[in-house]
Amino acid sequence: MDLFNSVFIAKASFIGVVFLITLGVAAYSTYFERKIAAFMQDRIGPDRAGPFGILQPLADAVKMFMKEDFIPANSNKWLFIMGPCLSMLTALMTSAVVPFGDTITLGGVEFDLQGIDVNIGILWVFGIVSLGVYGILIGGWASNNKYSLLGAIRAASQNISYELAMGLSIIAILMMTGSLSTKAIVEAQQNGHWNILYQPMGFIIFLICAFAECNRTPFDLPECETELIGGYHTEYSSMKLGFYLFAEYINMFISGAVMATLYFGGYDYPGIDFVTAQLGETAATLIGAGALIGKALAFVFIFMWVRWTLPRFRYDQLMGLGWSGLIPLAMFNIVVTGLGVLLDQQILIGIGGVVVFIAGIVVYDQLFVKKKIA
Amino acid sequence: MKLSNRTKVVEQGEMTLAERMYLPAIVGGMATTLKHFFSKPVTIRYPEQTRYLGPIYRGQHILKKDEQGAERCTACGLCAVACPAEAISMVAEERKKGEEKLYREEKYAKVYEINMLRCIFCGLCEEACPKEAIFLRHDQMVPVFNSRDEVIYGKDKLVEKMDQRYLREGWK
Repeated sequence: MDLFNSVFIAKASFIGVVFLITLGVAAYSTYFERKIAAFMQDRIGPDRAGPFGILQPLADAVKMFMKEDFIPANSNKWLFIMGPCLSMLTALMTSAVVPFGDTITLGGVEFDLQGIDVNIGILWVFGIVSLGVYGILIGGWASNNKYSLLGAIRAASQNISYELAMGLSIIAILMMTGSLSTKAIVEAQQNGHWNILYQPMGFIIFLICAFAECNRTPFDLPECETELIGGYHTEYSSMKLGFYLFAEYINMFISGAVMATLYFGGYDYPGIDFVTAQLGETAATLIGAGALIGKALAFVFIFMWVRWTLPRFRYDQLMGLGWSGLIPLAMFNIVVTGLGVLLDQQILIGIGGVVVFIAGIVVYDQLFVKKKIA
Repeated sequence: MKLSNRTKVVEQGEMTLAERMYLPAIVGGMATTLKHFFSKPVTIRYPEQTRYLGPIYRGQHILKKDEQGAERCTACGLCAVACPAEAISMVAEERKKGEEKLYREEKYAKVYEINMLRCIFCGLCEEACPKEAIFLRHDQMVPVFNSRDEVIYGKDKLVEKMDQRYLREGWK
């Protein structure tokens, strides 16, 4: 009973900390999104609320809560409220399986820096991410507005299409690790054997799919202002809109954490043995947790960087890239990885695969594609 | 038929392999945004910082005094006639004995008012003035109004103060 209590309390406090970190990062992502956008456009960005504008998220939150909470007369009221709630719920649930660190011992009790260590960790992420579409879909449907509905339809088809390529790119990792557990995947990458070295092509595919899954530019067609006003959140206002926007930033952070877990060694960092010898195991583990969050934030920066660089895809280009670009590429990657596992030459074959692929398309281009008439 | 040899055919053919893969263009674009990320912002934080608007910017009006501190304006009304927006009005008054220090000419403006909502800052009053009395200063703008009472500027706001004289670059 005592053991149960202490483990329970430890888990609950850990989950609370992860929850707070996620919400804090998401809140400040809105601020940094505006700052980064401003810097990339040679501006300064928000600088009025507090020094350097760091109180801007607070001001935004107050504004969101004070606004009129409008529900359209002909909308389905319950579904209309449920949409943003579902979005937020699924966004927060994904972080449960991300291992933030190794086990640490506090007060004689040993516990994992991970919400739940299920042996189907990656499948959990996929399951929750695909549930995330429901939030958008229900919200867009319940608004009783054609633009909302169109946005919702786009979101659903886009997420389903890119989930396939995403899943196929992960299968290559599963073949190398032999486990679905995120913990096992991270442990297989310790001491610098990061999966990015073995799976450069898989990482590119996963990154592009992550952009599509988070509905970020260049794949933000569900909320495309130029065509659909606001897409699925056209009719939303006040904190319900805030929930949708917040869920997007949480998704960005969590997908960054998942990418760091799968491809960048999770909580591994260079010199981990040295730090363990100098400062002890607990400090090394906590620095590792910091390293994982740092990697996730680096991905958040890349998300924003891409947003302020690239224009939006056209819808048929989006579908063409997903179905006839990324899925065949992911399948090729699986075959190459299989060859690497079979011959026990994973780095060589991983990089060789990219070289063979590029050589292949260059040859194809030379032989079969019509050239400019010079 | 070619009229000159300078025509250039700009018809676009098939995209090359690199163009069809998008990735080189994407990397190039991201390099551009990153370059701007580290470059200096061009923003001027307006209320705290102001930019120099040039030596002939037409800002708030000023009624000049001469070196002895006497008002130059003689209330001839040419500025009011020249004003296309009819923003200027004045009441003239004869100079009394003992007021020679205050007013340069024998007649002066007892009331001189400019309606800043009517004014279009064209500078025609400045051009019309034969006594070099009214100018539109280059270093100060008319501030934002909060009520209609503040719109009409009288002599209290327009006449130059001797402790903070207005000088243009060309006059120095």
